[in-house]
Amino acid sequence: MSYLSLTGADRDAMLAAVGVGSVEELFRDIPETVRFRGELAVPPALAEADLERHVEELAARNAVDEVCFLGAGIYDHHVPAVVDAVLQRGELLTAYTPYQPEMSQGVLQAIFEYQTAICELTGMDVSNASGYDGATVAADACLVAKLATGRTKVVVTEATNPQVRQVVKTFAPGFGLDVVEVPHDGGTTDPDRVRDAAEGAAAVVFQQPNFFGCLEPAPSIAAAANEAEALPVAHVDPVSLGVLEAPGAYGCAIAVGEGQPAGNAMSYGGPHYGFLAARSEYVRQLPGRIVGETVDAAGERGYVLTLQTREQHIRREKATSNITTNQTLLALAGLVHLSLLGPQGLRELGETCMALAGYAKERLQEAGLELLFPEKATFKEFAVRTGRSAREAVAAARVRGIQPGYPLGRDYAGMDDALLVALTERRTVDEIDRLAEALRP
Amino acid sequence: MKLIYERSQAGRRGLAVPKPELPVPEVPPELARSKPPRLPEVAEPEVLRHFTALSTRNFGIDTGFYPLGSCTMKHNPRINERLAALRGFARLHPLVDDDAAQGALELEWRLQEILREVTGLDAVSLQPAAGSQGELTGLLLFRAYFAERGEDERRRKIVIPDTAHGTNPASVTMAGYELTPVRTDARGNVDLDDLRACVDETTAGLMLTNPSTLGLFDENIEAIRDIFHGAGALMYYDGANLNAVCGISRPGDMGFDVVHINLHKTFSQPHGGGGPGGGPIAVRESLAPYLPVPVVTRNGDSFRLDYDRPRSIGKVRAFTGPFGVFVRSYAFMRAYGPALREMSEVAVLNANYLLARLKDAYELPFDRLCMHEFVLSARRLKRDHGITALDVAKRLQDYGFHPPTVYFPLVVPEALMIEPTETEAKETLDEFVEAMLAIVREASEEPELLKEAPHGRPVRRIDEVRAVKQPVLRYRFDEHPAPRGSGERQLEMQRGA
Repeated sequence: MSYLSLTGADRDAMLAAVGVGSVEELFRDIPETVRFRGELAVPPALAEADLERHVEELAARNAVDEVCFLGAGIYDHHVPAVVDAVLQRGELLTAYTPYQPEMSQGVLQAIFEYQTAICELTGMDVSNASGYDGATVAADACLVAKLATGRTKVVVTEATNPQVRQVVKTFAPGFGLDVVEVPHDGGTTDPDRVRDAAEGAAAVVFQQPNFFGCLEPAPSIAAAANEAEALPVAHVDPVSLGVLEAPGAYGCAIAVGEGQPAGNAMSYGGPHYGFLAARSEYVRQLPGRIVGETVDAAGERGYVLTLQTREQHIRREKATSNITTNQTLLALAGLVHLSLLGPQGLRELGETCMALAGYAKERLQEAGLELLFPEKATFKEFAVRTGRSAREAVAAARVRGIQPGYPLGRDYAGMDDALLVALTERRTVDEIDRLAEALRP
Repeated sequence: MKLIYERSQAGRRGLAVPKPELPVPEVPPELARSKPPRLPEVAEPEVLRHFTALSTRNFGIDTGFYPLGSCTMKHNPRINERLAALRGFARLHPLVDDDAAQGALELEWRLQEILREVTGLDAVSLQPAAGSQGELTGLLLFRAYFAERGEDERRRKIVIPDTAHGTNPASVTMAGYELTPVRTDARGNVDLDDLRACVDETTAGLMLTNPSTLGLFDENIEAIRDIFHGAGALMYYDGANLNAVCGISRPGDMGFDVVHINLHKTFSQPHGGGGPGGGPIAVRESLAPYLPVPVVTRNGDSFRLDYDRPRSIGKVRAFTGPFGVFVRSYAFMRAYGPALREMSEVAVLNANYLLARLKDAYELPFDRLCMHEFVLSARRLKRDHGITALDVAKRLQDYGFHPPTVYFPLVVPEALMIEPTETEAKETLDEFVEAMLAIVREASEEPELLKEAPHGRPVRRIDEVRAVKQPVLRYRFDEHPAPRGSGERQLEMQRGA
């Protein structure tokens, strides 16, 4: 199966126009010693029906029928059907980056609307058109902070998602950054510890709610960073921002996060989108595409990629980033989802998650499990001690058709018996009751 | 056209949220939302109409010819969309135990195997989210390789030709390296004399795309390899132009040690208006220990994620990478099988056909057969009629084509970089040629038509300068500046004028 139109007659006519006798002659500039002869050792071509059967068989070997209480950064939220319908519009799906604005007003306006939505959610002034995911945008934010302050140390809380921290540390040496971690205290972060660590730092990165699902004393953490003249960077859950305060309202300079909960299927980890928004004074340091509003030659409103002198195709080695292809279509999905929810719907979504999490905490405690951080307020996730190895608890629950949560011992010492349990609006009281029975020691 | 915020009316809602009959725990007041975000309040029908209307103001490959050089705007097969949306993929959480994700892991492993074969290299990481991220990852692998050999402090320089895509030097900076530029000679190859002068024991490596952004295969690739490997340096291949050489020449055989592949270029992942993409890397065995973690491994019939990689550079993106992109690219590769070579042959034939028919009317800076793309110059039009590459691009829109890339690569003045790809029919190519020739005639007979183009799009030529001078980067609600226009043109368009 191929997607080629070329017929034998086409080929002959075209070769004649080019002035060569064969397709082989077109490759005459390639030295013979690097010329690949023979056939690629890849499986034979499949007709569409056979291809579908093969890939369906692969999909069938993933266990997706187990009730999902797994979170830890990616969540089983509902993706509205309208999102799918919009993403399958070929004029959006198959377009490229809008370099020719007159042909791309659809994508450009959509990105402008997305940027606005992210600014509204986070309380910031400017947003880019998306980053790769929630982990890489944290690294992006650290670089913005370095460019803005000239400092090279960044502070990251231990209660921030382990993969986010690992990605930041992977890019830090190349960025010329040193990373310092602040340990958590009983599930949240002590602002005094932050204040000490933030001395001479470019940024303090913290997560709200944090990886354990606990609500951090975010305004105090931001204040501690600001006192040290380090940029407070909040890593936030978009779905929480109907009930939790916007980072821009409590002194943060930059807000980042994983956009997946708003509009993207889990899809084994991607593609998703990272969002990055900041106060207006940092706009020139921001990486990525930014769409601006302007007018056309007739004075009509129009949209265009702007402030491109930040970007690689103009500034090259002096660019704020090398990012080109980003995650536009997934960000568009987020915009559609947020547009369907509206402010009231977003609030209700947050409240439903919290209500279900509250019920789950009760039922699990009744079943004999202890909360890891019983005194801490949480959003949609919380940690429980299972009374045995978390891996055993997971295996026991899976036998009953339930994915009970994420084993925290994978990333944190002394937590081998702990599970991180996530609740979304797709979970029901019934399912939670089943979870409690499955985990009962 | 209205913004979605301008369609908003208080009290409207597009999506109902499940509301269990349970108490809602209180958020501590100091952490609670004080003012709601001003998201649109719109019902479902209006939301769908709004985004449908936006799509009609956009041009994709589904709409028409899109010869954007270096972007490989080929057809995006629709079966791939159905497959990526399968429940067994869409509903899979990335942190399940490996035994719950055997289908996904097998797909990743098989994709890796095909990439190994196409690149002629030994090990693959699917993790990087785009070509740029692949580049940065590759350079971090260089640093790890040299660090273990005690040479990282000494080797600070990466050599990049003047025709390179801007991402290459930007990646060099992000990896903490320094840029050494090298010139291109009159044949369109890397200038070997200039190259020999700038490679020494302080060189970490080369970043090159072959064929280059001029669409030309570097005839001296073996000499280049000898220079770099002879100096103990490494070679990085920017896979942006891989569509020209699948099954014809393999980067590993050319001497490259690290390669990134753009899944959204060569392997048909839809561009989505700016992403998502995929930038997996393939490496020589000597660099495999440094690959990002986890690595997908196979043991008989079972597949697992190996996190026990003490020499790994770490992680460049969460999880194993953009899995939905893998499904589409894998399906594309399985549809072709070994005929991936034919894909490249037709891509190169299509480009040479356009080149042959356009090279007299425009200027061809390098008189050679091209690979999958070629660069013309509109310099003569500018000299004779004041018509620039930009004007040509804007006028092409009126003929129903997306323009080619303009003003890149930088070494060609008034550059038009044209990449048709293999999925275009000959008639489409012929129509494009007719339009390009008509534009040359218009340049001498009716230049204002070009200067004021486009005429038939939803907007006239966009004022990019104003966007920079007066940045408006979000909707400002009551404080939003009103557009100067009266909206009359909008009504004209709606009446089909």
